[in-house]
Amino acid sequence: MNIVVCVKQVPEPTGTNKIDPNTLRIVREGVDAVLDPADEYGIEAALQIIEAQGGTVTLVSMGPDRALEAIRRGLAMGADKAIHITDNNLAGSDALTTAKILAAAIKRENPDLILCATESSDSYTGMVPGGIAQILDLPQLTFARKMTVADGKVTIQRQLEGGYQTVEASLPALVTVTGSINEPRYPALKGIMQAKKKPVESLTAADLGLDPNEVGQAGAKERVTGWKPAEQRKAGQIVKDDGNAATVIADFLASIKVI
Amino acid sequence: MPNIWVLAELHNGKVQKVSLEIISKVRNFGDVTAIVLGAGAESQAGLLGEYGAKKVLVSEDPTYSHYLAEPAAFTLGTLAEQQKPSLIVIGTTYDGRDVAARLNAMLGCGVITDAADINYEGGTLKVTVPWYSATTLVDVTSPSSTALILVRPKSFAAEKLEGAAAPMVEQLSLTLPDKTKRARIVETVDEKSEGPSLEDANVIISGGRGLKDAKNFDLLHELATPLNAAVGASRAVVDSGWVPYSMQVGQTGKTVKPTVYIAVGISGAIQHTVGMKNSKNIIAINTDADAPIFKFADLGVIGDSLKIIPALTEEIKRRKH
Ligand SMILES: Cc1cc2nc3c(=O)[nH]c(=O)nc-3n(C[C@H](O)[C@H](O)[C@H](O)COP(=O)(O)OP(=O)(O)OC[C@H]3O[C@@H](n4cnc5c(N)ncnc54)[C@H](O)[C@@H]3O)c2cc1C
Ligand SMILES: Nc1ncnc2c1ncn2[C@@H]1O[C@H](COP(=O)(O)O)[C@@H](O)[C@H]1O
Repeated sequence: MNIVVCVKQVPEPTGTNKIDPNTLRIVREGVDAVLDPADEYGIEAALQIIEAQGGTVTLVSMGPDRALEAIRRGLAMGADKAIHITDNNLAGSDALTTAKILAAAIKRENPDLILCATESSDSYTGMVPGGIAQILDLPQLTFARKMTVADGKVTIQRQLEGGYQTVEASLPALVTVTGSINEPRYPALKGIMQAKKKPVESLTAADLGLDPNEVGQAGAKERVTGWKPAEQRKAGQIVKDDGNAATVIADFLASIKVI
Repeated sequence: MPNIWVLAELHNGKVQKVSLEIISKVRNFGDVTAIVLGAGAESQAGLLGEYGAKKVLVSEDPTYSHYLAEPAAFTLGTLAEQQKPSLIVIGTTYDGRDVAARLNAMLGCGVITDAADINYEGGTLKVTVPWYSATTLVDVTSPSSTALILVRPKSFAAEKLEGAAAPMVEQLSLTLPDKTKRARIVETVDEKSEGPSLEDANVIISGGRGLKDAKNFDLLHELATPLNAAVGASRAVVDSGWVPYSMQVGQTGKTVKPTVYIAVGISGAIQHTVGMKNSKNIIAINTDADAPIFKFADLGVIGDSLKIIPALTEEIKRRKH
């Protein structure tokens, strides 16, 4: 089984992001960056499959040079190798360009299974995985909270608003996984040491046959024209419970005619 | 006048509310065509017209309900290449997102996700999108001749259009290629809980890690009954396995907008509040006076929820008698 997992480095998700008022882009300098926690589920799922059935896990990531740290973390969890697409021309790429780049890199690996998170923690468009599937002409099974791979087929439980669906497709296929699918392992010291020696292939857009003028900000089909801070709600009445909190809350509910 | 398409999603043969919300909004900017795919499609055309769709494209082909994304994306993509609408608007639902992602790649167009507002200024599209957990509102436009927009449920009110004429209904006669029939839906299982849903409830009581233990969610359900409320949760307790994901409110869960949202033992992390801060009223109960949730609660109670909730349940029951 040959599995590709798409992983991304993102600004520390619990931090607060800032916009650069000049470029209207997210400020990434001087901000802690990590392997997207959402991607650890895909890596874990891939590792569990190859531990049971044998095979290779390849990480594919597009991002600046320092994204290598996030890739190394994924390798430390146990992935075998990685492809890092890094190129100054790629800054400001939109979801579709990202999908094109990743698809071109994935194609070289000819995988049986491609795993992505349902959405990234920083841009959360959720558009990249479906774009990859469309470009590579593969079926896409999404929002998996359970997954089994057997007999050339992948079967998932697909999370829904109020329930789930069982969905199946023949391999090769692309699957997006949610945080309910597993408990990602923590890289062990041995894994961290080994990760330093695992192969990471570095590629540019041109290496993948993409025109540098059609990627990055130049190729993006969305334009930010302005921004403003969102209006925030203001604090109302704060009370300390001295035994009559239930009365205070019930009075409030009555005042807004809920009871 | 822009020609605007809306994918009207079916759920058990009924158009989803988010699709009606979208039509109610975009009918202000151009002629709306609704596309309805799957069993029951035709019966929904009248309703779509009442909300302002001028034209409804229907197909009753059951294939749309048996395979994920690809049949619908193929249909929309093929039609859009022929007819070149200015906008295609789709709800941010599980199915809607899947279709949009493939369609985006088929059409090679711009895609604006998470739209909170849509406008045209001097003929130019202007979409407002909350970024960074809704701390910033960004205006986005797209130079694409056909732009794709995804809208979260509850962003707009669903309102019937007064004096709407009956829509023109057109049957689609597209043949779906076999290669769109790949991700097969084997079965769909409902895991519906009792009482109103988070989407529809007037009152929502949500619990967080401050409840200390999964079994204390029973206290919230006991309070929910006399209030006819839905029970929600923070991600921390969903991740701990206390309650199912379908109860999660926030950035990676549901967006809710009830008359009153009661946050119990929830700190008020930005990823949670992004999903509930448009509630009309917010009540927070938390032991920590510095909890961020108190910064925007209309009523904040500093105290132990494990004591307050049972007392409140008794008080509500008493007043209802
Ligand atoms: C990319 C990303 C996406 C996320 N998406 C979501 C999302 O969709 N939804 C979501 O909710 N979170 C989301 N989160 C997680 C979010 O950042 C918080 O970690 C989470 O909301 C915290 O849950 P909590 O408030 O229940 O727990 P905590 O932050 O641990 O807060 C518990 C609170 O309970 C209080 N408390 C303790 N004891 C009592 C008591 N006896 N009575 C009353 N109060 C008490 C404490 O003072 C504290 O304020 C996301 C995070 C990331 C990084
Ligand atoms: N730059 C990237 N490099 C590698 N994978 C990515 C990248 N951007 C998105 N992905 C994959 O696509 C998923 C969804 O991302 P998004 O569409 O941005 O919400 C991510 O969780 C990754 O699995």
